Amino acid sequence: MTDQLKQKPEETTGLIPAQSLNKTGVYRLYLDFIKGLWQENPVFIQLLGMCPTLAVTSSAENGLFMGLSVVFVLTCAAAVVSMFRKVIPSQVRIVTYTAIIATFVTVADLFLKAEFYPISIKLGPYIPLIVVNCIILGRCEAFSSKHGLIRSIADALGMSIGFTLALVLLGGIRELLGTGKVFAFNLPQFIFEGFNVMGSGFEPWIIMLLPAGAFIVLGILIGLMNLIRPRP
Amino acid sequence: MKKSLHMIIVLVIVGAVSGTTLVSMYNYAQPLIEENKKAAVKNAIYKVLPETEAYEVIAVNDRQVYKAKDDAGRVIGYAFVAEGSGYQGKISIMVGMDSKLKTVKGIDILESVETPGLGAKIQEKPFKDQFKNKSALPEITYVKNKAADGPNEIQAITGATVSSSSVVRILNKEIAGLRKALLPEGENTYDETQAVTGATKSSGSKK
Repeated sequence: MTDQLKQKPEETTGLIPAQSLNKTGVYRLYLDFIKGLWQENPVFIQLLGMCPTLAVTSSAENGLFMGLSVVFVLTCAAAVVSMFRKVIPSQVRIVTYTAIIATFVTVADLFLKAEFYPISIKLGPYIPLIVVNCIILGRCEAFSSKHGLIRSIADALGMSIGFTLALVLLGGIRELLGTGKVFAFNLPQFIFEGFNVMGSGFEPWIIMLLPAGAFIVLGILIGLMNLIRPRP
Repeated sequence: MKKSLHMIIVLVIVGAVSGTTLVSMYNYAQPLIEENKKAAVKNAIYKVLPETEAYEVIAVNDRQVYKAKDDAGRVIGYAFVAEGSGYQGKISIMVGMDSKLKTVKGIDILESVETPGLGAKIQEKPFKDQFKNKSALPEITYVKNKAADGPNEIQAITGATVSSSSVVRILNKEIAGLRKALLPEGENTYDETQAVTGATKSSGSKK
């Protein structure tokens, strides 16, 4: 661990002041993790991985499963990339990262089809598309390839859980306004009608289930986040 | 030279490990996936023909038809998948019919990508329930903006005429093909004298 403490301040997207990164191991790990949830949230702040965000968030359940798949893929890929970062030649690093990511995505896809078949039908082609999700390649290249295993895992968990939270939030809002209910689940293991928050007199806003609604809700959320957070 | 060799070795190792992992994962997952698909078909058959105790798969017109039997082994009906294009994409319907292929016992929508809130209502109970015990002869028809009248008539979903009419069209086409293939000669055509009492006009599209 001592060589990590001697490293100079790591590059980030510049949103966290450099001096807080030189603290001791556990606090730094905490910062590595927490930044993905809010300050550097991949969806709302970094604006990465927009395609699956807009496409699969027609319900909170879909958003949750897409997010969990990304948690699995990003954490495993970041761990592998970090473990072998000194061995992979830099000329072939992108190819290697992509091969590693694609392997984990295929594992996740096969697992979903085997254990959670109805969800895999609903998420459809978007699970294999995780391979080209910018967040994963981006974090592997920007962080995991330059830092140790534990820190890379913390960063990966933070970013992917932040992604999941964003997707569940977006999916929840769209599902609530588009169907009147929220958190409906339709799995072989668990069926739940959803919380009927809006009541029976509510006429659903169909547009929320269509692509236009995704853009509108996402845009409003990003605007609100920009209002709340302090300017760097 | 040394660098190229290094690159080649790394890529070969990555490829080999990746391939091995995927093959093992595939071997674990594939039987489960096959089971899931079969279970989905079985569920659909039970949904459209609830009294089924067992079913036998027969091949008709290079498609699979499920001969549904009760616990005594008697044929109680047929279940089959009808597919065709809807408003936005393919619609796949599991149909249950009686053993004479005259009455539709029920339908279930297996796959559809119709407009959410409008055409997607074909997946909901009120629309599907309309098809229970509907006569398929001479063909199923639909009406708009008023209640369905005849024994072979259903009401289209408001604002989703194309999706509703696609379902009707897909059913009629598949049922006609199956009647020709499965029923013996003489029983597979519609005869006015066989008309169910209550059908006052012969069908045609009604507006």
